[in-house]
Amino acid sequence: MPVRVRVPTPLRRFTAGADEVAAEGSSLRQVLENLEQRHPGIRERLLDEKGDIRRFVNIYVNGDDVRFLDSLNSKVKDGDDISIVPAIAGGR
Amino acid sequence: MSFVTGLKCKECGQEYPIAPLHVCETCFGPLEVSYNYAKIRAAVSRAKIEARMHNLWRYRELLPVESEPEIGPNSGFTPLVHCRRLGAELGLKQLYIKDDTVNHPTLSYKDRVVSVAISKAREFGFTTVSCASTGNLATAVAAHAARAGLKCYIFMPENVEAGKIVGSTIYGAQVITIRGNYDDVNRLCSEIADKYGWAFVNINLRPYYTEGAKTFGFEVAEQLGWRLPDNIVVPTAGGTILPKVAKAFKEFKEVGLVKEGEAKIFSAQAAGSAPVIHALHKGVDLITPVKPDTIAKSIAIGNPADGYYVLKVVRESGGWGEAASDPEIIDAIKLLARTEGIFAEPAGGTTLAVAIKLIAQRRIKPDELTVISITGNGYKTLEAVAGSIEKPFVIEARLQEFDALYERLGDGKRATSAA
Repeated sequence: MPVRVRVPTPLRRFTAGADEVAAEGSSLRQVLENLEQRHPGIRERLLDEKGDIRRFVNIYVNGDDVRFLDSLNSKVKDGDDISIVPAIAGGR
Repeated sequence: MSFVTGLKCKECGQEYPIAPLHVCETCFGPLEVSYNYAKIRAAVSRAKIEARMHNLWRYRELLPVESEPEIGPNSGFTPLVHCRRLGAELGLKQLYIKDDTVNHPTLSYKDRVVSVAISKAREFGFTTVSCASTGNLATAVAAHAARAGLKCYIFMPENVEAGKIVGSTIYGAQVITIRGNYDDVNRLCSEIADKYGWAFVNINLRPYYTEGAKTFGFEVAEQLGWRLPDNIVVPTAGGTILPKVAKAFKEFKEVGLVKEGEAKIFSAQAAGSAPVIHALHKGVDLITPVKPDTIAKSIAIGNPADGYYVLKVVRESGGWGEAASDPEIIDAIKLLARTEGIFAEPAGGTTLAVAIKLIAQRRIKPDELTVISITGNGYKTLEAVAGSIEKPFVIEARLQEFDALYERLGDGKRATSAA
């Protein structure tokens, strides 16, 4: 009973081109560790050398920015949708 | 042919060819256009630029397009207004408003960035252009796409006011509303851009789009007589324009169009959406996102991707930043309209309200040359001020009624010339 992770274009070379992959874990941190096992190299694209989410990476759990939740410690449960989206801006 | 050498990651420096790319594959940092400044220096002169049409393409050597520019032939080169009455009110002798309330064709600074983005979309061969926006960006994309003959999709949150939908649909754009807030819409659009291969002006064309914002700074410098102001106050939402104004000033010096000078750059945010100002005041680099709540909707971005660069530029330039409350924003809109006859949207009210604070703090001094950036038009956001202006008087169509009213208004003493 995995979670679904939506993968943005720049990371698809780690997922053999897949735009959505499965992963498991009960926190975002565990999900990212699990992603790394399945798709080696993806973790360091998302986390900086201190292990924090990179400045220009946004991660959403069921549409909520994890910076508003508990960041890497945000709880996830089976069937959750996780989106990885490059930070974008540009006004309204 | 252009003087562009490629794209480069602002974070890690990795280089990429010119393509519809916007994030670094290594670190997710934003990509920025690089130029060969030595060649530009040899190719431009003040006289050459002054002889050109009054539009943003007069600075084409410093913009990332290859072909002869056809999009936005009337965009840019908006007035730089010397504000004597507002200046007197604020105690500044040399106060200027850079007035993008009259940008063509959609009355905001977005006509600049979109002109460049859509020019680039055509060069790349896109036939559909798109954006996530509820306001100025949406109307600019829809209008420029119409004239360029491109298909256009605009994505907005479902709860947007009806007028905003009209403002894009009128140009023939397909408007799609999303059940969710602006951040949700943006997130979906990134995913759509990936899947459908459309040109999202502020996503996959973002490096080119943002270059258009430099023209705001180029014009300020040219219109001041090829010099930099001492101070410029710029609104901050996603963080596009402020770093690009700084880049514009730097480039003008680099290519010899401006000899010297340093401008202090100040950031203005609405208090209800001020994540960059919070970080600036706390002295930290980390910008904690906020959920926006302000009447200044056009700058209500709680998670500004380029906020970090705003902080960097403001600090390096010796500037500062402040946030203005909604009542302060409304007062400033009214002050600008009353003294200079310029009706700004709330983002402009924010910028002026913040400038007033900076003057009070003596960060902007009376003898310095100061430019306030007004990036959008108040006629688009009447609802923001409608509740805080005086109601008109209602009288019968009889002269005696008007005489009585005039007397009551206290101006009656002067109404005796006919007697």
